[in-house]
Amino acid sequence: MISREQAALEEVTRINGVRSAILVSADDGLVVAEAALEDQATEPAAAFAARLAGRLGILTGAMAAPPMSVLLLQAALGQLFVVVGNPGLLLVAVTNNDVNIGEVRLALLDVAGRLH
Amino acid sequence: MRAIEPWVEEPLKTFLAESSARVCLVMTSSGQVVAQHGFTRSVDIMTAAALGAGIVASTRELAKEMSAGSFGAVVHQGPGLGVYLAPFDLPQAQWIGLVVFGSDTSLGVVQFFFGRLIDALVRTAPREQPAREVLPETFEDELNASLRTLFGR
Repeated sequence: MISREQAALEEVTRINGVRSAILVSADDGLVVAEAALEDQATEPAAAFAARLAGRLGILTGAMAAPPMSVLLLQAALGQLFVVVGNPGLLLVAVTNNDVNIGEVRLALLDVAGRLH
Repeated sequence: MRAIEPWVEEPLKTFLAESSARVCLVMTSSGQVVAQHGFTRSVDIMTAAALGAGIVASTRELAKEMSAGSFGAVVHQGPGLGVYLAPFDLPQAQWIGLVVFGSDTSLGVVQFFFGRLIDALVRTAPREQPAREVLPETFEDELNASLRTLFGR
């Protein structure tokens, strides 16, 4: 049986260029639920996305700036999206570089809102 | 960082740098220490090794009782510190890693780089040389020699 979280993540992976969508525990960087193309390792992305979000949280706190809502990290071979979901949860997507950024961002925010 | 087996040093150094772990102990499944980082007293290292090996042995038996095959890592997480304890197989033996980490890293990161440490150890472990057997009559000498190496004294 597919859980509510799993179904929501699969919606994100249906967007062209999305390799994986992962629900991550923000504190320990562990995978809570995932939907990914075959051969896509989700654990490293979850671990690093959570650390990155944690560090950015420290940075925004130190700058007295509002907390992060969406984080986009662009690299040579792909992109990492992180959206703050339920308290203690992050929604992470790993995509190709040719993905429609706006579409992925909206889909992640929509899923994050529904999983609240 | 100190190691009794020199080939363990490089992979362990890399693991410590990448995972930001505070304390790490690598031991055989019987609790003999192979390498350590972060311990300053020999009594602490002996206690941690004995307890770590005991926990792994207990969980292995528990898994057998529950017909669960085997359990993987054991994790204890507190407000400030976490402990990650995991057995792993090398070509000639089963070893155990005990990692203590703080809030400057996370369980996911430690787990990921611990997996890489295991891969590196499996690649570099000597294939022919079987693990030395420790006999009861030489145990104390072996233990003292190991502790001297591990603390550089």
